[in-house]
Amino acid sequence: MIAHAIFFYVFSIIAVVSAVMVTVSKNTVHSVFFLILDFISISCLFIMIGAEFLGMIMLIVYVGAVAVLFLFVVMMLNVAQQKNQWFISKENSNHIPIGLLISVIIFFELIIVIGGWKYKPDLFDQGNLSIVNDVSNTHSLGMVLYTDYIHIFQISGMILLIAMIGAIVLTFRQREGVKKQSYLKQISRERAEGVEVVEVASNRGVKIDD
Amino acid sequence: MEYLDLIFQETYKILFLMVPVLVSVAMIVWLDRRVWAFVQKRQGPNVVGPFGLLQSLADALKYIFKEIIIPASSNKIIFILAPIITMTLALIAWAVIPFGVDQVLADINVGILYIFAVSSLGVYGIIMGGWASNSKYPFLGSIRSAAQMVSYEVSIGIIIINVLLCVGSLNLSDIVLAQKDMWFVIPLFPMFVIFFISALAETNRPPFDLPEAEAELVAGYQTEYSGMMYAMFWLGEYANILLMCALGSILFLGGWLSPIELYPFNLIPGTLWLIFKILFLFILFALVKAIVPRYRYDQLMRLGWKIFLPLSLTYVVLTASYLFYFNLLPSN
Repeated sequence: MIAHAIFFYVFSIIAVVSAVMVTVSKNTVHSVFFLILDFISISCLFIMIGAEFLGMIMLIVYVGAVAVLFLFVVMMLNVAQQKNQWFISKENSNHIPIGLLISVIIFFELIIVIGGWKYKPDLFDQGNLSIVNDVSNTHSLGMVLYTDYIHIFQISGMILLIAMIGAIVLTFRQREGVKKQSYLKQISRERAEGVEVVEVASNRGVKIDD
Repeated sequence: MEYLDLIFQETYKILFLMVPVLVSVAMIVWLDRRVWAFVQKRQGPNVVGPFGLLQSLADALKYIFKEIIIPASSNKIIFILAPIITMTLALIAWAVIPFGVDQVLADINVGILYIFAVSSLGVYGIIMGGWASNSKYPFLGSIRSAAQMVSYEVSIGIIIINVLLCVGSLNLSDIVLAQKDMWFVIPLFPMFVIFFISALAETNRPPFDLPEAEAELVAGYQTEYSGMMYAMFWLGEYANILLMCALGSILFLGGWLSPIELYPFNLIPGTLWLIFKILFLFILFALVKAIVPRYRYDQLMRLGWKIFLPLSLTYVVLTASYLFYFNLLPSN
């Protein structure tokens, strides 16, 4: 039990500190790396409470895919030397009220959730979720998702699909004058049309490309 | 005292796994170069030791004694972290590989997800190395690798789903035991081919070695690395290749099971069978490196997203429908 507690505190300290570092660090790429560290330590916490499937999925989806794309975008912004005025200057601070408002809302939401848990301990028992102990949590998650709540699951999948199509539609544009590779053309090229033997007149040259 | 005992035991087990893996990585580098040379009618490394077997050792010695150069404009912490991460991730994935009945370091329920997660983290070593070097070629290489590895992970994930449909468990030992009657390479042969090609792309092997394409990017993300740090990238890469071969042999070639359950084959221990299968897959990897030209970047992306993804998704539907229709779905 002691080892369990030690690991728990180590992982949660890493999680909290790296979460703070995400917002504090000046270099955006470092922020993303701290975010990744945060994800990893949270998935370790998931595994420690016995939710190994969730922990692994967290690693695969967030760290393995989402954060890579995040990093990809942030690196492209050329922010290696971002000690410039945009971050430090006082003039550009009209986003502070909105940020404060949102953080206050999130804070109250957290208070409501934690308070509800505190004052009504049987809140979570009232659902019709029954926890079966003799199957692995992959099985029980699958049972809940694909048997009990299949319609809600499918609807959320549909919403995600629509969001994806929407993002593609918003960013897609037909550009003129872009050279594209046609695989079929490249593969189906024959020797007869690819190579031509030309009789070159001396001192005159030949025009091959027009 | 109990904890100390436990820690000692686990350390012993880990060392017993890690040392053979590292030695076989060194040997496999030699094998790779020999096969490569054999295809091109050359000799390959044959001077140091018998058949040149000690060539990797000599190389390692050379790397150890070379100076580690850290570029002045690099991001030093991340620059040093990158090869360490590559190497660590390539080694920790071996914890769940079963070498026989109950011969596994960590027999966890979600073993296949663990391997998948660790191999998907492998991209960070490359991205970090490329970005922290703070120069053009490494950065280009790391950006390429980010896109490439993320794309091919998708198809590998769906191929794994195919296998899991037939097994009904995420545990690697269960996956092997489910192939007692028939190796999955027979019913899922198209998936095996796609898995092999995706594994090539996932481990940045030729013909998909775009992150380090030496003709275009010098050495890609490794350009600025020297000495032992370069060697760690190298070791991590080969350990990853071996891991992918092991994963392929566990998913499709029946892991430690012998091909025929008959008298002379039974005598060979399961671990040896697994090693044979890994070697077989690795020699295929090496042959592909020798005989196939490098892909262009857009071809690579097209292959991953427009061909492998739809194909493997279709095969998931096919497998699921087949299993459902004939009532073969694994129960529990």
